[in-house]
Parts: sequence; C-alpha cells; structure tokens
Amino acid sequence: MRNGEVLLRVENLKKYFPLRAGVFKKVVGWVKAVDGVSFEVFTGETLGVVGESGCGKSTLGMTILRLVEPTDGRIVFAGQDITNLPPARLRLIRKDMQMIFQDPFSSLNPRMTVQAIIEEGLKVHRVVPQSKMREEVEMLLERVGLSRDYIRRFPHEFSGGQRQRISIARAIALRPRLVIADEALSSLDVSVRSQILELLRELKKEYSLTYLFISHDLAVVRQISHRILVMYLGKVVELAPKERFFSRPLHPYSVALISAVPIPDPEARRSRIVLKGDVPSPLQPPSGCRFHTRCPKAQRVCAELEPSLQEIESGHFVACHFPGCVTLEG
Amino acid sequence: MLYATPSILAFGGDTLMLLEVKNLRVYFRNSEGQELRAVDGISFSVPYGKTVALVGESGCGKSVTALAILRLVEVNGWIAGGEVLFEGKNLLTLSEKEMQGVRGKDIAIIFQEPSAALNPVYTIGDQIIEAILLHQSVSREKARALAEEMLHLVGIPEPRKRLNAYPHELSGGMKQRAMIAMALSCRPKLLIADEPTTALDVTIQAQILTLLRDLQKQIGMAILLITHDLGIVADMADEVVVMYAGKVVERGRKYDIFKHCCHPYTIGLLRSVPRLDVDEESLVSIPGFVPDPLHFPEGCRFRGRCFLEDETCCIEPPEVSLGNGHLVYCHHVVSSGVCYEKR
Repeated sequence: MRNGEVLLRVENLKKYFPLRAGVFKKVVGWVKAVDGVSFEVFTGETLGVVGESGCGKSTLGMTILRLVEPTDGRIVFAGQDITNLPPARLRLIRKDMQMIFQDPFSSLNPRMTVQAIIEEGLKVHRVVPQSKMREEVEMLLERVGLSRDYIRRFPHEFSGGQRQRISIARAIALRPRLVIADEALSSLDVSVRSQILELLRELKKEYSLTYLFISHDLAVVRQISHRILVMYLGKVVELAPKERFFSRPLHPYSVALISAVPIPDPEARRSRIVLKGDVPSPLQPPSGCRFHTRCPKAQRVCAELEPSLQEIESGHFVACHFPGCVTLEG
Repeated sequence: MLYATPSILAFGGDTLMLLEVKNLRVYFRNSEGQELRAVDGISFSVPYGKTVALVGESGCGKSVTALAILRLVEVNGWIAGGEVLFEGKNLLTLSEKEMQGVRGKDIAIIFQEPSAALNPVYTIGDQIIEAILLHQSVSREKARALAEEMLHLVGIPEPRKRLNAYPHELSGGMKQRAMIAMALSCRPKLLIADEPTTALDVTIQAQILTLLRDLQKQIGMAILLITHDLGIVADMADEVVVMYAGKVVERGRKYDIFKHCCHPYTIGLLRSVPRLDVDEESLVSIPGFVPDPLHFPEGCRFRGRCFLEDETCCIEPPEVSLGNGHLVYCHHVVSSGVCYEKR
C-alpha cells in the first residue's frame, strides 16, 4: 500500500458504556465515551489525537482495535470492514495493528521474561521459525536501544523508560502497519520521554509505520504528528494538518487548549485564554455544542443546535457555529 | 497585602530570606536495611513574597525536601543533618508542639493528589474550619464565615453550599481549589506547592496556576513550587533550584537558568523538553536514565550521562558562583563554556 492511501477509516463510531445501579443492575444511563466519530488515517502519517481526561480518546483507540466492541459505526482497516469480523479472522488483522499502552508497569506480564514477552506475538502468528526466534528477539531489543543480554530478565528489573522500550519492541515485532500509542510517553520523566519520542520517530521511518498517537500532551503531539484531531466529550471538534492547527486553530476549545500549555521559556509571551469551569460529565453532556458551557464566545444557538464537523479549508475540519471566533492572539 | 514584602532585597547578597535550607540531608532505610540518601546536602533559600521553583525528575528528592522542611518525613526516613531556617529560627530544633504551631499557620502545603490529601468522611467546610480553629482564636461561627470567604476567594461557585460538600462531590480542579482554600485560610507566609497541577487537565491547570498567582499578590506569601514541568517554572517562578539525584546541581534567577544555564544536566533537561511553539527536527535527549538511589555514583551524580565527563568528575563537584546568585555545581562550567542557547 502506498503512502497517502487510506489505511484506517472510522465512520460514525460510537461506544456507549452502560451505567448500572440497584440490585438488578438495571441500566440507568449511558456514558457516551465516543459519540459519532469519523476520520481517516492515511498510510505513513501520524495522526495525533488530543483531548483532556474523559474526552474518549483512549476508548477510541481501544474500540478501533476492537479491544472493546463498538456500539455503532464502522471501522475499515486496509480496505476491509473489521467492525463485525469474527474473532478468528480478527486475530489475523491484529498482526497489522499493535498498541503501546501508557503504563509500562501494568502492560508487561511480571512473570514473563523479556524474551517471552516479545516472542509471544511472533509465535502466535508464526512469523519467525523457532530456530531464528532468539536472534530475532535480540535484534528487536537492540533496535529499541536495549542490550541483548537483557533477554532473560524480568520486567521488574527495568526502569520505566526501559520497560516502555520493551513494549515498543513487542509492538513492532510483528511489523504492523498501524501502531496505536495511547499516552505512551505520559508516565516517563522528561529526559527519558524525549529518548522514546525520538525512538518512535526513527522506527516509523524504518518500518514504514502509521501511528495513531493518543496523548494529552500537545507539545509531544506536535513533535510527532502530521495531523491533529481534537476531541471533547466524545466528539471530534477539530481536525487539521499540524501547521494549520498550531498557527490558526479554529475551534475555541483548541485555542484554549493550546494557550493553556506553559512554554519553558520565560520570554515566550502569549495571551492566555483561561476557560471557566470544569469539563462536564459525559453522563449528561450539555445540549447543542458540548463546549458551550465553557466557551467564551457561546451564543444562544450554541446551546440549541449541535454543530456538525465541516471542512472550512482544505483538510481543516471544525465543529463550531462560529469557527475562528477565538484566536491565539486573544 | 498582609505582610510587608521587602522589595529592595536583591537576590544573592545579604538579603533577608524567609526560608533558608542549609546543607539538608534526608536519608531513608529500605526494608533490606540499606541506606538511601534521598536528599544529600542541599542548600537554597526562599525570599519573602517570591516564588522559588524546585525542579527535577522523579526520585531527585524534591518532594522529600518539601516534607523535610515541615518535618513530615515518613517513619523509615530521618533528617540526617543540616538546618531549615524559617525567619531565622531553625525548624529542626523546635519541639514537636512548637512545630505544630508552624505547620499550617506559617507554612502550609498543598499536594499533587487533592483526593488523597482531603479526608473523605468530613465535609470540605469541616476540614477548613478545623484548620482555622487550630491556629486562630476565633469562634466557630467566625471560622465558618472565614471558610466560606476562603472558598469564594479560590473561585469555588456557591461557597456556602460547597462547605457542606464531601470531597467526592467535587471535581479534581475543585478539590485542588478547596485544598488551596484550606492551606491559605491562616494566611501562611510560605506555601509549599508539591506538583499542585500534575493530576489536573491542562485547562484546569491554567486555572489553578492563575489562581495561585493572584492569591500570592493578595496575600503576599512566598511559594516554594515543586514541579517537574519546566513550562510551569518559566511561567511562575522568580528563582529556580534544579535538583538531580538528591543534590542541587544549579540554582539562580529564572532568566539565568533558562537562558544561561551551565550545568550539563540543566542544559540537557531544557533541550529535551518538547516545545509547543516550535517544530523540532530532532530532540536532543539525555542518554541513560536516573540512577537508582542505592547506587548513586561517587563524586558528581550526573556522571555516566554527561557529555563533559572526565576523571575529575569522581570528585565531589565544587560550587561555582556566576554572580547574581547563580550557582553551578560542576567541575567543567568555566572550562567548557557550554551554555544553553535559545533555539
């Protein structure tokens, strides 16, 4: 598949979690974690998914891999609809879609050696013959910057950064086409974070990977992504090429998000839009535009009518009745 | 403003400091009986009314320092030496009773995780009123009115109603506001803020930082801000203390640290932070990882990760003064001439 072709298409994807209460665990409400999300990921690109906690970005990642089953919508991967694929056939597809999780402490089995962790997928998919297995695992370890002598060790013998390297080795072992990284750098210290970020960039080139990079850290997302998708309470509010997004974001929420990130330079002078209030509960999202309760420029229509995601400029989508009403210049 | 902030005091010289930490050592013993030197001879000071940021990565000893100032080190740890001078008196020699008079009254602290710091079985109001009654001789009614005023001050809507709310009824941002209200209810001279926004979303973080800045102006307190986020440091601090593996490696005024830092660790740290306002072709990172506190290297603790390392680094690095209170602990500061350049 050539670069620029659609690798992953998500259409109107929904994931509702039931909220149960009482003796009979009756469903009393639905948490609409992902509520009608559509986008495409092109081969060879990195799509950064950003948003605050509870916006549904992690659920989105899990739903795409069908680690949780979607409530509605379609997931098309490499031209094949995988939304309702039975487990046996899904397993074949999983080889091409791998995930890196946030917490390298809970995502590696403490009873398995590094070798067992990395070769598990290789065995299941019979990618490498048993005779070549050890060699392959050692090669992968070295590729992610770990010594091949670590092969017999257990996860607890490693630091957070090293463990994340092991998770990455496991993810790339099967030569996947799509890697979903869910807050893969969030638990790491500053000096280690940039090492892993750099490693992910190198591997992307070397193995022609496509990333769906989910993170709350806009500065990290900027350094790795080609396009940025912003979520708020289960909805996509903006989707734009990186340069456009950071120079001229159109949704007031995106503007607030960018302006809220402190910059490590005492000379960086910026206007800051401080949003009022908290993120509303996804259990009872606000009517109309879900951001209207915190939006500095909300009008009456915003509370009444839900804005649809529209292409304002080529490749720049925004769901707002008044796109560009708030700017970074203040 | 409740406290006069001596404005003529310049940093560095013979100035009156609110807090002076001198050669503080805090050691721990692990379950195997090994000694961990979590904080190993650090010195810094906090001037009246200013914000000093204590920066470093996890395990560098910054939070332990905060707890040691208030003498709240856990049972398996102890203060092994040094002085903590608060308005000239050494807190480490006070009796426990005298210390209780300092905690919460002169020095207050807020933590990273407000849900863990608030008692879940008491209302927000009860907890703030308790703090007020402990340190001020006022009636319960007056204390309640003060608590309501504090909640209003920190921007909690409907403060009277919120006094009766339990911590679980508030969002993370609101809980941190309530914590701040409690901490500031006795108008402390020093607020220690230990990663106050790390658990919060970035838009809520902006709210809390703005709030802290405004309150500092109103109350005139000094802030010792403990954080790993250099963005927050650039935003909030007047002075910066950089810690690495239980030692101070560099300290000085914010501008000097960000623009003319001279310790290889500070340089590496600043270069490795991805910036939101710049596209970076490649990120320079510090090789290796933070050493385990059981096996800190002899001499300079940054050995093994440093690009300027040579055999002299096995010896404890000297304190090099670069003027204006800018201190660097490194053998190679002057000789190398390496300085962090603005990208």
